[in-house]
Amino acid sequence: MMNTATQTPSAAQRFKALCARFPFLPALIILMLLFALNGFFNANTISARGITGLFSTYLALMFLAVGQSFVVFAGDIDLSAGNILSLVNVFIITMMNASAGDGATTLGIMALGVLVGAGCGLFNGLLIAALRLQPIVATFATSIFFTGIALYVLPVAGMPAPMIYWQTYFASFFGLPFVIYVVALLLVLIFLFSRSKVVLQLLAIGDDKQAAFQSGLPVTATRIKGYVLCGVFASFAAFCLTGDTASGDPLVGSAMTLSSVAAVVLGGSMLSGGFGTQLGSLFGALTIGLIGSLVYFVGTPASWQNFVQGLAILIALMVGILISRRS
Amino acid sequence: MKNLFVMSPSELIKQPLFVAFVLIVILLAVGEILSPGFTSLDQIIRLATVAALLGIVAAGQNLVILGGREGIDLSVGAVVSLSVIVAGNLMDGMNINIPLAFVLTIVTGAFFGFLNGVGVTLLRIPPLVMTLGMLGVIQGLLVVIRQGVPSGVAAPALADFVSEPFVFGLPGILWLWVGIGCFMAWLLRQTLFGLRIYAIGSNEQAAVMAGVPVRTVRIAVYTLSGVFAALAGICLLGYSGASFANVGSQYMLTSIIAVVFGGTSLAGGKGEYTGTMLGAILLVILQSILTTVNIDEFGRQIIFGGTLLVLMVFYGRGKGLRA
Repeated sequence: MMNTATQTPSAAQRFKALCARFPFLPALIILMLLFALNGFFNANTISARGITGLFSTYLALMFLAVGQSFVVFAGDIDLSAGNILSLVNVFIITMMNASAGDGATTLGIMALGVLVGAGCGLFNGLLIAALRLQPIVATFATSIFFTGIALYVLPVAGMPAPMIYWQTYFASFFGLPFVIYVVALLLVLIFLFSRSKVVLQLLAIGDDKQAAFQSGLPVTATRIKGYVLCGVFASFAAFCLTGDTASGDPLVGSAMTLSSVAAVVLGGSMLSGGFGTQLGSLFGALTIGLIGSLVYFVGTPASWQNFVQGLAILIALMVGILISRRS
Repeated sequence: MKNLFVMSPSELIKQPLFVAFVLIVILLAVGEILSPGFTSLDQIIRLATVAALLGIVAAGQNLVILGGREGIDLSVGAVVSLSVIVAGNLMDGMNINIPLAFVLTIVTGAFFGFLNGVGVTLLRIPPLVMTLGMLGVIQGLLVVIRQGVPSGVAAPALADFVSEPFVFGLPGILWLWVGIGCFMAWLLRQTLFGLRIYAIGSNEQAAVMAGVPVRTVRIAVYTLSGVFAALAGICLLGYSGASFANVGSQYMLTSIIAVVFGGTSLAGGKGEYTGTMLGAILLVILQSILTTVNIDEFGRQIIFGGTLLVLMVFYGRGKGLRA
């Protein structure tokens, strides 16, 4: 695809057209390339076990990035997404430790966790869409606020998750690992949302807020919905992270916020809004994961790994933007 | 801007400078009530020193934001951290090394700022993405340099410059900050470069038509942001005496908040540095009150986040859809 695209102008144009139709295409190409490279340097990474490992580690980021997409579509941003994740993480951990720990209670607690995420998102949405605060600074302030609440719920990291919780996360059902089902569920959600009214409206708002308003779209309500959905997906991300780390940590998610934004951009969505796909964000999150493992498997010295990884992500961001740019 | 003395109260409340000033006075009073001695001269000087560190970073952030096209620099905090380490290692606790360390650290900051500028202009990467990627790169570089061990010691003269009385009992860093304030006012008001920053920030298309070298100006603005962050890093080294892991990361978003509280619009083209200085002072007083009073960490965070939100309602609310 890449080669033919560079040979003749018509092929390049066709590739551009394809990118406009499938904005996640560059992300998918980068992802496939990384996947192949990973396999080249360590065959285990492309085995079923390797892919399962990748999923179980990066499912949280995948959910967070897909959630972040809702607000980015409308030209907004949520810098508190990772902190909502932390809050839900410590919330369900302390609740599960305080309760009997059977399956039904755990599911009930997770339902409450979704409400916590939705509540945080609603708070963000009201501040930004109704009170008209600027998204970057307002969600930075709420991120401090949510961190405070998370510290109140659990002051220090380390409370373990009940065994049943993480055992389920790492278990297999009908011959397939549990995380594969979660990925499938995420894909179904993405598919359903891709044809939903709310995503279409968010994209329309991101494209031209004034025009959307003048053609009768409920701009304020839709933006609030975007933030609520982002909060809900942050709580899903928290469930996955809790399964992966099997413990509570009030500060675990803050570093993931900027990664989720990077994943959305890697996935071909425009930060200014109006253009993008959630499938791309999922690919973007996996790209970040694969860059990390590739840097490790090519034998980068330990102290250089962060640098090489940062550089690779920066280059991937640039390449993605350059090849997907609509002229 | 109209003279503050001839304004009606309803006009006054819309002036960010005035609001920031009033809030600073209120917060100082609150601080004095909660902890007597909060407004003693020593404390005020200490507060101003901490505010100067933030204010210097925010100077660069201010220029980037004024330059428009969603201008923002998320890498300033990382550049500060890097500068603390670079300057500390080059100085190694000796006064004689200061000139070389100073020059090389500033060049380092300028280099990363320049790269940001090139990415944003020539490659047309959105600033948030470019500086976010650069943040990751610099953080990685920090690990490489540090190798897990904190290293680098401030030269005695630098530590004195930041902490000891210099002229009229005020430490040198405050004079430096005042100097930067004057420099920024001159740069933005009196020079062609300053006018061009406002021009590209308020209407880039018009600026292009008018023959403004938009790319050069924008690259220069990002480079300056790196320079100011490096300068703040050097001062921070003098303040803390040695380098710690990621000391600068706190400045990433607080520098943006200081700019916003100072009345500069995130959309670009509107605002000035005087406001940003007040914004920095405001933020530092707020943080200081919260560390002075005896409450748990969670309460501190909740109050800090909550107060920021309340303050934001005073500032820079976006236009309504019906406007």
